[in-house]
Amino acid sequence: MAARTRRPEIRFGEHLTWAGEIARSALTSGPAIAWVSTFLLLPVLGIAFISFLSRGTYGEIQLPMTAGNYLRLAGFGVLGFDPQYPVIILRSLVLAAGTTVVCLVASFPLAFFIAGLAGRAKQIALTLVVIPFWTNLLIRTYAWQLLLGPDSLAARAAVAVGLAEEGMPLYPSALAVYLGMLCAYLPFMVLPLYTAVEKIDWAIAEAASDLGADGVRVFRHALLPQVMPGMVAGVILVFIPATGQFVIPDLLGGAKTVLLGNAIQQQFGASRDWPFGSAIALVGMAVVLFGLWFQARAGARTGEEGPL
Amino acid sequence: MVADASPAPAPGPAAGQREARRRAIADGAPAIEVEGLVRRFGDFTALDAIDLSIREGEFFSLLGPSGCGKTTLLRIIGGLDVADGGVVRIAGQDARTIPAHRRPVNTVFQSYALFPHLDVRDNVAFGLRMKKVPEKEVRTRVERTLELLQIGGFIDRKPSQLSGGQKQRVALARALVNEPKVLLLDEPLGALDLKLRKELQVELLSLQRRLGITFVFVTHDQEEALVMSDRIAVMRAGRIEQMGEAEAIYERPRNRYVGQFLGEVNLVEGRAERRGAGDLLVQTALGALRVETRPGDPAREGALTLAIRPEKVRIATDGAPGENRIRATVEQVIYIGAESHYRLRAGEIPFTAYAMNASAGAKEIEEGQPLLLELPPAALKVLED
Repeated sequence: MAARTRRPEIRFGEHLTWAGEIARSALTSGPAIAWVSTFLLLPVLGIAFISFLSRGTYGEIQLPMTAGNYLRLAGFGVLGFDPQYPVIILRSLVLAAGTTVVCLVASFPLAFFIAGLAGRAKQIALTLVVIPFWTNLLIRTYAWQLLLGPDSLAARAAVAVGLAEEGMPLYPSALAVYLGMLCAYLPFMVLPLYTAVEKIDWAIAEAASDLGADGVRVFRHALLPQVMPGMVAGVILVFIPATGQFVIPDLLGGAKTVLLGNAIQQQFGASRDWPFGSAIALVGMAVVLFGLWFQARAGARTGEEGPL
Repeated sequence: MVADASPAPAPGPAAGQREARRRAIADGAPAIEVEGLVRRFGDFTALDAIDLSIREGEFFSLLGPSGCGKTTLLRIIGGLDVADGGVVRIAGQDARTIPAHRRPVNTVFQSYALFPHLDVRDNVAFGLRMKKVPEKEVRTRVERTLELLQIGGFIDRKPSQLSGGQKQRVALARALVNEPKVLLLDEPLGALDLKLRKELQVELLSLQRRLGITFVFVTHDQEEALVMSDRIAVMRAGRIEQMGEAEAIYERPRNRYVGQFLGEVNLVEGRAERRGAGDLLVQTALGALRVETRPGDPAREGALTLAIRPEKVRIATDGAPGENRIRATVEQVIYIGAESHYRLRAGEIPFTAYAMNASAGAKEIEEGQPLLLELPPAALKVLED
């Protein structure tokens, strides 16, 4: 009777029995582990497995196991060497890096400006930064097509100052692509950067100035190191999703070039070559992870605290 | 006191090191000159027409409560803030158009403001590197300065790995390594505990004497200012209330504010009755008091206030005749060890007296006991207000 009324009770910091330890671990870390396993680990393992299989005549996934997908990705196809896919990966990385740089350049003044505003204005400014997210990405991107179209104000202004010819739309163009990318990713850079700027100890900037640093060197030696953690967080938050982005480049760049994102989409969709699509996805992921690891290692060496 | 204790003859040219120092400073060129300096923050006037002149090699303190404008004044001298009016000259040169990074002054900040991402070596080297000093010279000068401040062992540490006192020394080294004409110190010991503070006061003082650099020292601690300074400017609400040598400020305060800010002071109200050559008879509630006056004392007629420091109040032991004797009752005895503080009441007037506990044995003065006090005429000072 007594044994049946006793309820298992778990308290933190208490010495527990073996079963208690298991129960506590399952309760605390269990949900997170289950989530990550189900929605990240298993799919990635699945993709890794599929990437070593072959494509059947009708697009089915079948044996034998092969490394052919990776060879093809590296450019060694049936028709001899063709660096088509390395170029696609490189192109995606360049676009992501360019987007990151554009976001950084735009975010620095914005973050300092917002941090310098008084209480209420600051709240409004931060809300304005986030507001574009309330609209669907596709709608925003189509909106840019209208804004940059042949008869738009921007196009006419460009003609007026001699940057474009009469009746020529500003899109598709690299400018339009980067505008769209900037619009999509700016908040991911501004928000962490703003948080870092907000925490700046200005006495350190004054100390630098007092010790003989002019404006540029005050920024470089006293302010930049202080906002570095926010900057690194922003770079990661922009760079990683930007490597997989293809909707914006397609809609604003004229769908003339293939990027990592549409290469994968093509293989899983129209080409019905899941094994090859899996290989592209995996390599793309590996390249990004390597970049992060390299950044973390470089950060550890210089003593900066990286986000990882 | 010193003259009595030392076998060397006191008078003559060897009138003491202090007098020599005083004269050397007075003869020196002005390091900092401030004229009619005004600074406003909206409706608030932080500095209201400040005039002062700080000599080369001087240890000059700006003393006052928080919000009196002392830090603002220091920041304007350093170029970190801009005045709304008035002139600042550094070594005779109009500094208004010289930006902070080109002024021949360095600042020790209250919060230290060390570069958190640099180690001690790079923190101290910062100023020299900004001036493009050759790296070899940077190394030797950094090491020499760290040695001077006894922190050579911490050269590879980051600021986060240092204690408060060590950070303070690094901040000092970082400024001194540049060999500035003037060192500006903004409450540099404010964040340290009392014992460390006292140690560093002495060290800072000997450092200043050794290097001969002009120090402008901001503090709200009157004792700190008295211990260290050649001269002190006592500030209130953006104005300088009194400026002079530490001793003069303490012994001869101009008004109630200065008297009360620098330690405790007894105030007695009265009316000037008869003015003689070098003295003044004042009628007070405690009876007639004779006051020795000095040139420069306010020549007040009618109602006035007298001030006397508690340690100058003598406890008279017997009925032997003496000047300025008053009767008081002991309300409280505060035993401090080396001395005792007596809270007294003379008629309606609260009075405080300090006395050294020179004799061995138990307390001699009990609470509630009547006491005869003597107010030496030379220790009484007529205030301006």
